[in-house]
Amino acid sequence: MEVSRNWRLQEQRYKLVGETCDSCGVKLFPPRDVCLECEAPAYELFTFTGLGEVFSYTTIYDAPAGFENTAPYTVALVKLAEGPLVTAQLTDIDQEDVHIGMPVEMVTRKLRADGPEGMIVYGYKFRPSVETAVA
Amino acid sequence: MTEYTPKQGLMKPNLDVGIVGYGAYVPRYRIPAKEISKMWTGGVGGVPIQEKAVNGLDEDVITMSIEAARNTLDRARIDPRQIRAVWVGSESHPYAVKPSSATVAEAIGAVPNTQAADWEFACKAGTEAMQAAIAFVGSGMAQYALSIGMDTAQGRPGDALEYTAAAGGAAVLIGPAAEAVAVINGSYSFVTDTPDFWRRAHANYPSHGDRFTGEPAYFKHVMGAAEALMEALDRTSADYDWAVFHQPNAKFPQRVAKQLGFKPEQIAPGLLSPRIGNTYSGSTMIGLTAILDIAEPGDRILMVSYGSGAGSDAFDLRVTDKIEEVRDRATTTETYISRRTEIDYATYSRFRDKLKMS
Repeated sequence: MEVSRNWRLQEQRYKLVGETCDSCGVKLFPPRDVCLECEAPAYELFTFTGLGEVFSYTTIYDAPAGFENTAPYTVALVKLAEGPLVTAQLTDIDQEDVHIGMPVEMVTRKLRADGPEGMIVYGYKFRPSVETAVA
Repeated sequence: MTEYTPKQGLMKPNLDVGIVGYGAYVPRYRIPAKEISKMWTGGVGGVPIQEKAVNGLDEDVITMSIEAARNTLDRARIDPRQIRAVWVGSESHPYAVKPSSATVAEAIGAVPNTQAADWEFACKAGTEAMQAAIAFVGSGMAQYALSIGMDTAQGRPGDALEYTAAAGGAAVLIGPAAEAVAVINGSYSFVTDTPDFWRRAHANYPSHGDRFTGEPAYFKHVMGAAEALMEALDRTSADYDWAVFHQPNAKFPQRVAKQLGFKPEQIAPGLLSPRIGNTYSGSTMIGLTAILDIAEPGDRILMVSYGSGAGSDAFDLRVTDKIEEVRDRATTTETYISRRTEIDYATYSRFRDKLKMS
C-alpha cells in the first residue's frame, strides 16, 4: 500500500475537506483546484457538513483486494447538501434498509488495513443519522 | 513526619476549570449475555449484565474517539485550533506504536499546534487523561484540553470477562470554569500495585485474578478515592444529586454505591453496564455523559473511576446553567444506547476477529 498517497489524501478523507470556487461559489469534492462549472482556479479549502442523501447505490459481494474483510457492503453515490456527488461506502445499516433519497451523514471509519502489520487507512463513509436509526 | 490527611491529597488547580463540552459514543451492535452463555455454559446460570455493545468491522478506538470528540466540539462550539492537548485513554489502541490521538487530533482539526498522547491504565486511562487535562488548563498552559476514554475491550472466549468486555466511551473537553457546563471542584487519585488484571505485550486476551478483582482491587480503590475526596471537601453522599462509579459489571458499582451511602436513584442514570457492558476506559466517563444529559443546573456529581493494576480517580463536579444550552447540540448518550442491532455469537466472532482464517 502506498503510505504517502494515503497520507496526502488524509485531509479530504478524514474531514471531507474540498474546495470552493472564488468566481461562482460552486463547491468541489474531491478538491481539484479548477472549478467544474466556470473553469476558474479554485484553491480555497471548504469543509463540507457531511450531510447528504443517497443518490444511487449497489451492494458489493465480490470485493476488490483489501476490502474482502467487510464484504458484502453497500457503496453509494451520495449527493452532498452542498452539491457534489461522492462515492462512498455506507455503514451502520442493513442492506435492505437502503433507499434512494435516504438522508445520510458522514462518519470517519476504517476503510482498510494493509494486513496485520501494515498501516490502517481511515476515511469517510456515510450512515443514516443516529436519531433516524432510533426513530 | 507529620500525619497525613486526605486534604493533603486533594488535587485542585490554580485556575478554576470545568467541562466545557462532552460527547459519548456507543456502536450499534449488541450481543445479549444469554447468547454468550448459550455458547459456553449451555445457557445455565446467571449472567452479569443484559447485553454488551460491540464495535462493527470498520470501527476501532480511533474512529469511535473521533465521533465522541466531534460530539464534544458540537457542544462546546470552540475553534478546535485552541485545543492544546488531545489525549486518548484506552487499552485497545489499534496500533502498538503510532498514536491514536494524532489521528483523532487531525480528524477534528486540532493539528498541528497541539499536544497528543495515548494513555494506558486499564479501565482508568480516560480519567487519568482528565486529571492531566485539569492540570494543563488549571495551570494556564492551555485554554482547552480534550480527554477521551474509549475501548473495544478484549474478552477471552468463554472467560467470565467475555460477557462484559464491551465497546464505547466518551470525551470531555476541559476548559475555563467560566465556560463550563460542569465545574470541577477537586479531584483525588488513589493508586497501589495490585495485580488483579493484566495483559502482557502481544497477548490477545487479558488475564485476571478472579475473585481477587473484588475487595482488594475494585472496592478498596473506589472506596479509597471516593472517601478521601469527600472528606477533603467536607461532603457526604447526601450532598450529591448523582454519582457514577466504574462499571465492570452491574453488581460492583451498585454495591460500592451502597457502601458509600448512595441511594439507587443517585446512580441510576449513569449505570449503563447492564445495557452496554463494561466499556473499560470509557465506562465511568460515559456514565458521566449520561448524567450530564439529564442533570439540572446546580446538581452535584461524584465520579469515581477504577483501573486494574490498580487505582481510582475521583472527581467532584457541579453542573452550571450552561448545561441546558449545550445538551441538545449533539447526540445524547441515551440515543446511542437505544440505537441497537442485536447480533448472534457467530456475527460477534467475525466482528471481533475471533475466527482464525489461516
